[in-house]
Amino acid sequence: MDVLYFAWVRERIGLPRETVNTDAATVADLVAELSAREDRYAMAFADTAALRVALDQELTDFDAPLAGVREVAFFPPMTGG
Amino acid sequence: MSVRVQDAAFDAGQELNRFTKGAAGAGAIVSFTGIVRDLDGGLRHMLIEHYPGMTEKAIGTLVQQARDRWALTDALVIHRYGQLAPGAQIMMVATASAHRADAFAAADFLMDYLKSRAPFWKKEITADGADWVAAKDTDETALTRW
Repeated sequence: MDVLYFAWVRERIGLPRETVNTDAATVADLVAELSAREDRYAMAFADTAALRVALDQELTDFDAPLAGVREVAFFPPMTGG
Repeated sequence: MSVRVQDAAFDAGQELNRFTKGAAGAGAIVSFTGIVRDLDGGLRHMLIEHYPGMTEKAIGTLVQQARDRWALTDALVIHRYGQLAPGAQIMMVATASAHRADAFAAADFLMDYLKSRAPFWKKEITADGADWVAAKDTDETALTRW
């Protein structure tokens, strides 16, 4: 699946998007898997309460299942308007 | 109903005139324009990042929710991204309705939700460096009144 990062999450991880092959069942599982990869991921995901996640461009929660999902995006709380 | 997410500058006055001409039958039009604040002269510029695809969808959903809730004859949302100078127009919302109560309420609702449910992120670039603007708790609590 495609994993996208925005704002300071993108800056900490150092890339805007990547393709990830994973068997993670939920968003939280994917976060744990990515965090175990390298420090930059662990730093970006250190406090998931400070993050938001969207699956296929819809906001959701970290316990949401990933089955059938094509695009996951991680970002800080939005500051539009 | 019109949603535009764009890099280019826009003229809120012209947009409002066009919207007003197109809103035949409306008895009330409310508009809001958001401007880049100058932070005591220290701001060089603001960078706005967004999530192409989700941004348009999320705003479209908010406009639909506003239409379901209030009797709107038309609505317009324009939101910029990219680099903006102090004083630049960031975004505007306009709503048209038979009566002002619905137009005001829908515009207020759209502003509250655009702030924390449309995927934009603001970064302020000053002489001292660059900082992402943090979301405020009050922005989240503002949603509870709807």
